[in-house]
Amino acid sequence: MNDVDSVADVIAVACLLVGAFFCLTAGVGLLRFPDVLSRMHAGTKPQVVGVLLIMVGAAIRLTGSSVTWMLLLVAAFQLLTAPVSAHLVSRIAYRRRHVRRDLLLVDELGGGPRARPGAPRGDEPADGVDQAGR
Amino acid sequence: MTIVSVLTFAMLGGGVLLALVRLSRGPSLLDRVVATDALLVIISAGLAVYAALTRNPTVVPVLVVVSLLGFVGSVSVARYIGGMLLESADDGRDVGLPLAAEAAPENDPATADGTTAGTPTEGGRA
Repeated sequence: MNDVDSVADVIAVACLLVGAFFCLTAGVGLLRFPDVLSRMHAGTKPQVVGVLLIMVGAAIRLTGSSVTWMLLLVAAFQLLTAPVSAHLVSRIAYRRRHVRRDLLLVDELGGGPRARPGAPRGDEPADGVDQAGR
Repeated sequence: MTIVSVLTFAMLGGGVLLALVRLSRGPSLLDRVVATDALLVIISAGLAVYAALTRNPTVVPVLVVVSLLGFVGSVSVARYIGGMLLESADDGRDVGLPLAAEAAPENDPATADGTTAGTPTEGGRA
């Protein structure tokens, strides 16, 4: 372990500590929250912020070596891929009803009072082509 | 500096342990996917913290690989296993999924009104 010897190192260590705390909150939220959507909220959002902070801290600590751009690449990749996987997982979770409907305040995919019977629900394609035979 | 490393790794290890508890308890496959995603990201964060505290840049390529792996894993499971779940008329076992893929969530009101736990059919949806 090298010593902390400058202001930049103090900033980097602070970033690392806060990022690690965000990772801990992601774990706590994963354990405590009631359904898939809220667990995903807890597991991805603080995690992205935490990973961003940790990558920034590591990039500050590793300044001058040739791998700094790789750390920032990992951070940018997290920002790009977290919405994609969250979208896929939440879509499957909604369709298979792993969602606590009684905890939802607004359910824009659920139809509502004006929904006709037989109308396509909001989470399926509007052309009515349903390969699952529903 | 030792205090900082102990604190950081303790918080990361706590996050990993809690994600592992969620990974083992489930109850559905999607909970496990979310927990695995969180686990891989916390592991990559731990590698980055190690690289930063020791000023040792040799583990940084591993970081890129772990980050890519988490994305590919969660997307492929959600895409293909989720597609299999959507195709199955029952709880997923008729298309070859294990039983744990479609366990009922805790305190789900949809499983309390007639449909049995673990087999959410389309009957609950008018």
